[in-house]
Amino acid sequence: MEKDSLKGKIDLLLIAGSAGSLDVLLKVLPAIKYNLSFPIIIVLHRKASYDSSLINLFNSKATLPVVEAEEKDSLQNGKIYVAPSDYHLLVETDHSVSLDYSEKIQYSRPCIDVTFETAAEVYKTRIAAILLSGANSDGAAGLKSIKNHGGITAVQNPQYAEVSYMPQKAIQIAPIDYILNIEEIANFINKLSL
Amino acid sequence: MMIEYNFIQDEDVDIILNDILESYGYDFTEYSKASIKRRINRLFTLDRFMSFAEFRYRLKSDPDYMHRFIEQVTVTVTEMFRDPQFYKVLREQVLPTLGTYPFIRIWHAGCSTGEEVYSMAILLKEANLYHKALLYATDLNPEVLEKARMGIFPLSQMKQYSENYIQSGGTKDFSQYYTANYDKAKFDEELSRKMIFSTHNLVSDRSFNEFQLILCRNVLIYFDKDLQVKVFNLFEQSLDNLGYLALGSKETIRFSSLTSRFKQLDNEKIWRKIA
Repeated sequence: MEKDSLKGKIDLLLIAGSAGSLDVLLKVLPAIKYNLSFPIIIVLHRKASYDSSLINLFNSKATLPVVEAEEKDSLQNGKIYVAPSDYHLLVETDHSVSLDYSEKIQYSRPCIDVTFETAAEVYKTRIAAILLSGANSDGAAGLKSIKNHGGITAVQNPQYAEVSYMPQKAIQIAPIDYILNIEEIANFINKLSL
Repeated sequence: MMIEYNFIQDEDVDIILNDILESYGYDFTEYSKASIKRRINRLFTLDRFMSFAEFRYRLKSDPDYMHRFIEQVTVTVTEMFRDPQFYKVLREQVLPTLGTYPFIRIWHAGCSTGEEVYSMAILLKEANLYHKALLYATDLNPEVLEKARMGIFPLSQMKQYSENYIQSGGTKDFSQYYTANYDKAKFDEELSRKMIFSTHNLVSDRSFNEFQLILCRNVLIYFDKDLQVKVFNLFEQSLDNLGYLALGSKETIRFSSLTSRFKQLDNEKIWRKIA
């Protein structure tokens, strides 16, 4: 990728994954620059009971403040929002988030596709999404939707992902702009910032 | 099922919601947009409409289809003893206080198919308070109320509910509360004896009684901030002094004028009216 070509391109970054993506995030979050010019939303499939410890764990590693998204939160630049377990997280036109306790989709709540699709409709070309390791096809349709609206799509290189199914599935159905190794992800995020 | 394309755009959603308000009096215009738009698109795809015009015409001209709209677009997902820790606090801190009153009135606002109302009935039974309690259970959707009245839930859920029940501090054998029949669990009619089911729309209907406890869990997340404020005021009018308001695990009164007059219990989503 050309140097600085990504600079200032987006107003929101989405990162999502399932099995095997927690370790990736713990490597990526400490390397993100502290004055990032956009917010990040993380959607992670997981068991319901570990929520507060997950936020604490992220906060102990991340350069940016990490919070569990609360309903009607307005997204602020340089802040990381984690979708709470057992709720879908949707992005509203006023750049706030809302939560939804409707049926599981793709056996998942939060469902990655729901967040990606609602965010794509609002942010159109001004968004990027990265899909990490996982054993489920959630996120692939969402990445397609991001691309349809002119956003930037990226996946973790399935070859090195702990579970390759999720990024592999995304590559099959959606145009992917960047296939990244773990050590390239933080750099990619930082380049998107102003 | 995944929806890849959104046929119904923001403007279309506004048109439909206005039609429904004019034709049927149901007001969804202050619901959170992203969620209701997604639900409407889901219904549009599910029922294989060819065009927005066709969808709009059907909704305006066919009251039966309007019922389907309400059933499908409002979220009815619920479970028994959802968030066990919440029920533990109800059991250990709220019910002992309510027990000092001669009569206990509880309102489940937006009760859906009633799983939480039956959970509450079990708590009241086990606290020996059921005889002096009344449980008002309301929802805007008459279909779900009919299910709630029956007290019949999928047998496949009982393992999870039983685990929730134990985590909430329950010490009995959970299966004593229902009779299994094929794939259904029918809850003891003794539990529903003091339940009163009625349609009530939080958006347009008024306060109808005074309560010592109001539960409204995972309903407000679907409302925008202005509507939330209106509903909080309705709850405040409907609560006795020192009454309790219980919300869903991600809901809060922090944006409303209630904060100064309500005190939160521990870290649970339960607030007590103190002034």
